[in-house]
Amino acid sequence: MTTPVSSMVIVLVGSVIGSLGAIFLKSGAHAVNKNWTSIAFNWRLALGIATYLVSSVLFVKGMSNGELSVLFPLVSLGYVCTLVWSRLFFHEVITKVKLAGVGLILVGIAFLSLGSR
Amino acid sequence: MTPATSAPEVHVPDPAKRKLAIFIVLGCTLLVAIAQYLIKLGANRLSHAGLLATLIGILTIPQLFFGYCLYGVFTVMFIYALRHGELSILYPLIALSYVWVTITAVLAFHETTNPFKIVGVLVIILGVAVLGWGGGSK
Repeated sequence: MTTPVSSMVIVLVGSVIGSLGAIFLKSGAHAVNKNWTSIAFNWRLALGIATYLVSSVLFVKGMSNGELSVLFPLVSLGYVCTLVWSRLFFHEVITKVKLAGVGLILVGIAFLSLGSR
Repeated sequence: MTPATSAPEVHVPDPAKRKLAIFIVLGCTLLVAIAQYLIKLGANRLSHAGLLATLIGILTIPQLFFGYCLYGVFTVMFIYALRHGELSILYPLIALSYVWVTITAVLAFHETTNPFKIVGVLVIILGVAVLGWGGGSK
């Protein structure tokens, strides 16, 4: 079984969109308080969940046609995007420890993919 | 030093809740692993389906439906965790689900294992540990 390029592109787009969804979820989460309307009328949470749904549909679409060993690492690229977004939107400090942690995770996923061939 | 009167960050992280957020997300990865397995099972029945057929499939194929329900539970817990923790730590922690998926595949479905998979699982666990323990310190 080979993995078509179209599947790779779909999964890659899905993982970038998913990482964007996390931004909305986090900013929406901070707006939640004890009042239930802060959840029901929280457009950021709604947008975050909608973004996740879109990325999930793209994952199903991409994964239905191709090898998980190729497609899983593409999903993990979303973690790298998230580091960038966290710094841009939430002014989080990207420490060397964080980079090392994410780097190790990416290397680990690459090994898993090699083992899944 | 002048007092921080105009700091852009209004959110003051509580160390105890921050730790709880990390454990919640680590627990969530088990849900993601189960959801991903179910979704993969269901997705096999969808190859070459269009976007609309995929959407209908999510509602009508039980494996896809329950897989997404689990994702729903995960999302609620993840939102709670995001309130108290940093996105740059919590989001990559989800990678632990790869470890669960691999272990389940080997133990429950008797998929063969090999040195690459073992190294991969160990390196991911190491990365998650580095992020979880050391990510919060400067």
